[in-house]
Amino acid sequence: MKRQLPLVLVFVFGIFMIIQYFVPHESSEWIYEFFLDWIYIIGIFALALGIWSLIRVSYDKIKYRRPNWQYAVITLAGLFFMIWYGFDYGRHFFSAEGLRNYMFVSFFEYILIPIQATMFSLLAFFIASAAYRAFRARSALATLLLLAALIIMLRFNPYLGSVGNYMEEMAIWLLNVPNLAAKRAIIIGVGLGIVATSLKVILGIERAYLGRD
Amino acid sequence: MNIFDRMMSLDRRWVFLILALVCVITYVWPFSIPIRTTHEVESIYNYVDTLKENDIIFLGIDYDPNALAELHPMAYAIAEHAFRKKLRIIFVTLSQNGPGMADQAIRDLTDSLRQDKVYNGVEYKGRDLVNGVDYVFLGYKPYPGLVILGMGQNFRIPFPTDYYGTPLDSLPLMKGVLNYDQVKCVIDLAAGNVADMWVVYGAGRYNVPLALGMTGVMGADYYPYLNSGQVFGLMGGLLGAAQYEKLSDNSGPAIDGMRIQLYAHIIIILFILMGNIGFLMSRREKRV
Repeated sequence: MKRQLPLVLVFVFGIFMIIQYFVPHESSEWIYEFFLDWIYIIGIFALALGIWSLIRVSYDKIKYRRPNWQYAVITLAGLFFMIWYGFDYGRHFFSAEGLRNYMFVSFFEYILIPIQATMFSLLAFFIASAAYRAFRARSALATLLLLAALIIMLRFNPYLGSVGNYMEEMAIWLLNVPNLAAKRAIIIGVGLGIVATSLKVILGIERAYLGRD
Repeated sequence: MNIFDRMMSLDRRWVFLILALVCVITYVWPFSIPIRTTHEVESIYNYVDTLKENDIIFLGIDYDPNALAELHPMAYAIAEHAFRKKLRIIFVTLSQNGPGMADQAIRDLTDSLRQDKVYNGVEYKGRDLVNGVDYVFLGYKPYPGLVILGMGQNFRIPFPTDYYGTPLDSLPLMKGVLNYDQVKCVIDLAAGNVADMWVVYGAGRYNVPLALGMTGVMGADYYPYLNSGQVFGLMGGLLGAAQYEKLSDNSGPAIDGMRIQLYAHIIIILFILMGNIGFLMSRREKRV
């Protein structure tokens, strides 16, 4: 029963969702909307579980003074502050007032945005270092890769004059012919793979999602 | 270790230092570089430019602060262009940190729209943007694929209220606006696979005209959709944003940032060339 019930549910709902996709009838849409609400409800439980897990892991880290436990303090402080300000100091639990709370907006704009933007910007330095080391003309294929990268990077260089125009034409050809052919092959392959895997899950052939118990 | 060995095994801290110096110098020293526009960005600009007053466009702010440098300028340039043309915009975000990004953009655009401006020789009088009349911000919902499908049936399914808690039916802009049929196009600015979902579910199932703005590294992945006609325009990275700013004659952070990006690219190319010269020469020496 423990294994059969999920298999039956997946089969019934999987088949229904396939049929529903092609039936633009009112009743079909109503049932679809009903299931959509269920997905959000399940998602909310997953979110609650995630928050609980984060609190527990961070709390244990602080309690047992594990390495870098100080970061767990910051994590928990951030979590609670954002919830506290997001609910407008606990005054508005069921309305959107807190989204305009001065502290909530300030924390996002002056802490989260700079942190994430800085982290991503650092990538430029690592990419520069990696490109310097990796783009070497060691073989014919590596040389092709190197030339393609140089053409793409140089295509909008305004200091190249008429050479820049040729670069741009070559870059457009690279993007529209070899790149397009390879990407289409990958996309079609992935699409067929998704269909095959989905069918295997719906028909109960693929059962890894059930776990081992 | 001879000179060629040194050229191919430079300590990476030198790469970081030189790149940082170039970025700082080009940031501090303001000079402009010419921007050339491409067909894929021009088609987005032309599409928005030919829409009529009060037409509605849908702008997806599907990125987090980590893609701010590349995608925020796109959002500002497109929204300002649309608002100046008195188009109306439905903002939505399907990225978890997107609400803050969209909220910030709306506040900045509200300030900017108050000023009189001249773009491409046309004078636009300043005006106050009114929430619910000139724009609607629907907010964020998880599961982007489901939300896109839900909005295709009725915006009220995933978003019964807007971001600020106002029921959609009480917003003047949303009167008679049921789903994508009442929207002239969707322009999705994405830093992840939400763009794929818009292609599959938005353009695929509901045939909504779709244009994509994305980070530079994602650009090449979406050319197949451009060539197949599934998207009518593509904007890739800071360069795409700079092109839109140039086309709309609204110089902003993208055009400003292009000189930094250009010189950073030149430095990276010089490092690659230096590494390769060192590699080829040292290999030649070993053979001899």
